[in-house]
Amino acid sequence: MGMDFNNTQAIYLQIVDWTFEQILIGNLKPGDKAKSVRELAVAFEVNPNTVMRSYEHLQSNEIFLNKRGIGFFVTDDAVEKIKTLRKKKFMEEDVPSFLKNMKLLGIDINEIINLYNK
Amino acid sequence: MIQLQNIRFGYTKNRNIFDDVSLTMEAGHIYGLLGKNGAGKTTLLKIMSGLRFPTSGTATILNQNAVLRKAEILQDIYFLQEEMYVPHMKIESFVKAYSPFYPRFNHEQFNEYLREFELDKEFGYLDKLSHGQKKKTLIAFALATNTQILIMDEPTNGLDIPSKSTFRRLMASAADETRLVIISTHQVRDLHSLIDMVAILDNGRMVLNASTYEITEKLLFDVDNTKTTEGTVLYTEESPRGAYQVKENVHHIDSNLDLELLFNAAMNNKNAIINLFK
Repeated sequence: MGMDFNNTQAIYLQIVDWTFEQILIGNLKPGDKAKSVRELAVAFEVNPNTVMRSYEHLQSNEIFLNKRGIGFFVTDDAVEKIKTLRKKKFMEEDVPSFLKNMKLLGIDINEIINLYNK
Repeated sequence: MIQLQNIRFGYTKNRNIFDDVSLTMEAGHIYGLLGKNGAGKTTLLKIMSGLRFPTSGTATILNQNAVLRKAEILQDIYFLQEEMYVPHMKIESFVKAYSPFYPRFNHEQFNEYLREFELDKEFGYLDKLSHGQKKKTLIAFALATNTQILIMDEPTNGLDIPSKSTFRRLMASAADETRLVIISTHQVRDLHSLIDMVAILDNGRMVLNASTYEITEKLLFDVDNTKTTEGTVLYTEESPRGAYQVKENVHHIDSNLDLELLFNAAMNNKNAIINLFK
């Protein structure tokens, strides 16, 4: 599989984002068992402790449920949880930088509204 | 699993490589040992594995003094040297001759690793193989020994591009909580996703020995203050894409550990790094 990691975000968070995507596009559905830590570490060529950290992060955000000795499973409301998390990140990070660029370039809000309504 | 206490060592009487090196390494991790040419990385690895004796101080491995070179310890440690020695033997006879030293040597694993590296047992004599092929054979052997301690000095030197990827895959699958892996390297780009502990050696002492987790807790890797303008800047590197910065991470912002930048920061602002990780 391999993975092209970017240089700005911690690798464990990039694996979290990848998992979000897998769930949002339906490759991984609520109730499904996630790949084992080792399987994913081998696939991404990363340290298993890094994948473990991603899985713990997913667990604390209630995207994954850890069934001891069996593995990690996607929770029933994972999709809603991910959308909430993504929206929060979008509003806190993407929108401010978007607005900053708008002001910098002198773009009127109505131009954006027109684009949005198209 | 490995404890170095106040190690002093020099190859000649009037010049010490190490004045006072202390370091602890635990199982369950892959350590990246970094240092400039001549910093003493290989020497340190030799002291750990009992191949060199410190002038003073002690190297303890698996609860035994390394200088005693006990068989029960040596069978649980494998040291893949950068300058590889391979005898005039075919792979089959090499394995027959050397695997009995390692009680947990797994022949099936060895064959599997050879396949992964696209090596064939039917290849001719080991000493006639290319540098990369020798290296891959010995990496496969090293992993198949299943020793608790695995030390590799520049393992990716001489590997072609697909083999580097194979190497990372094999290492990711071999790493577990009972094993300590130490990789000494200059090829940080090859290995940055694999290591979870960073040890930096400079001028006869350890500048850093910390987990990648702890490093990104304390340090922030940023470009042009994109993530934040706060926190003391420890190191800056100008580039066409902006100023790459290493700064104190005052707001617990997650960033991607850039090993080259970290290394340069450690070389240029040594005391700040040492103090931060005390």
